[in-house]
Amino acid sequence: MADEPIISRGFRGRRAPTTRESRIPPGQYEERGFPVLSAGPTPHTPLAKWDFKLRGVDGATVTWTWDEFNALPHETVTRDIHCVTKWSKLDTVWDGVSVDTLIAEAAKQGVATAPFIVAFSDGGYTTNLPLEDVTGGKAWVAFSYDGKPLHPEHGGPARLLVPHLYFWKSAKWVRGIQFTAHNEPGFWEVNGYHDRGDPWREQRYTGDP
Amino acid sequence: MTETPDLASPAARPARIEWRAATVADVIVETPHAKTLVLNVPGWPGHAAGQHVDVRLTSEDGYQAQRSYSIASEPTRATLSITIERLDDGEVSPYLTDALGIGDKLELRGPIGGYFVWDPTLVGPLFLVAGGSGIVPLMAMLRTRAAASPVSRAAAPATLLYSSRGWEDVIYREEFAGLASDPGVRVIHTLTRSQPPGWTGFSRRIDADMLTEVAPPASTHPHIYVCGPTPLVESVAQTFVELGYEPSRVKTERFGPTGP
Repeated sequence: MADEPIISRGFRGRRAPTTRESRIPPGQYEERGFPVLSAGPTPHTPLAKWDFKLRGVDGATVTWTWDEFNALPHETVTRDIHCVTKWSKLDTVWDGVSVDTLIAEAAKQGVATAPFIVAFSDGGYTTNLPLEDVTGGKAWVAFSYDGKPLHPEHGGPARLLVPHLYFWKSAKWVRGIQFTAHNEPGFWEVNGYHDRGDPWREQRYTGDP
Repeated sequence: MTETPDLASPAARPARIEWRAATVADVIVETPHAKTLVLNVPGWPGHAAGQHVDVRLTSEDGYQAQRSYSIASEPTRATLSITIERLDDGEVSPYLTDALGIGDKLELRGPIGGYFVWDPTLVGPLFLVAGGSGIVPLMAMLRTRAAASPVSRAAAPATLLYSSRGWEDVIYREEFAGLASDPGVRVIHTLTRSQPPGWTGFSRRIDADMLTEVAPPASTHPHIYVCGPTPLVESVAQTFVELGYEPSRVKTERFGPTGP
């Protein structure tokens, strides 16, 4: 292992401007485009067949159709996002329903929270999060990016948005949230990636501090 | 992170993937835009075909940049190879392709990734689709297959469909002839922008007709790996689904070796 970094003579790199540098986590670079990363084919679920579920540990479930979901209170948020493949994108603008709102609506229908969640998606993707990482104004189910409907390549019709963690936690094509009593690692979390994924602590891979 | 008490003991906690010092043992010019760095990496723990490494460069004033590169070499080889496409406006790739020479050192950690991987225990036809430098992790699979036992090779007939702009852009061009001497391997090129005189192969972007012509039928349940630029991967993966292949058998990777 390398205790002291090896200096690459002649490598200058390309720092972000000082005003933005403080917003780029360690090991990341600023990307102006919007790269696409997915493990398989892009699902295309017709909106007429789309729904979103919140499911309690006991199986109690609340389901919203696309129209019902869009009728929920939603908000526009501007956030920096960080992909584990090293790019960060600043000031991305999303429109979506806060997970706090979903939980409050679900509570009225008898669906209780639990200490962990698993978000599940079309195509079989899953990702796990502690409840505290998706509550308190930290997570949304977003259906619009940059003022336009979310493109399928980027997770449309709707994706989870958890911008304070690496972006694989922001599950594309999300169709629901399962509350779980215990932590249940998701797709990338069992395939070598970190369980929590805090970009500021550089929690990229299994075993990172 | 975890509430399971067992994992709190150091012995059970997964090991950190540590940064390692790698030394350049050789530099191979693959195309006008791509080079292979052959690296000696003391303590390398081994890898599976399809995995990648993170490379870290540190400037003299302490600034660091990281990028991911797919591993090109098979796990049984003593050295580790990565192939880097030079992106003219890139921060890291011009340094790796222009400045590094034999004996120079860099830092890397890996192997990383547990999904876009193939090993010879996966029985069944292998169908690989590459665009440009997306060939790199797929070449690791073909090299791994070539190094496997005759029984394993027979159980995994392999087809590569490789899309390049022109013949001079084909990475690993010389090696394909040797690989294809195995009757269990087919290598099919399509050249989308320019073709050498007398070219009789495909000369268009990959489409449904081409996949229908060269891919093992869906009924044979092939393991499919697609790696390349996003538009190619999106289109090819979508076409596979439309042709009736199981979406869960279509594994895609869009970043691989081409980070800027």
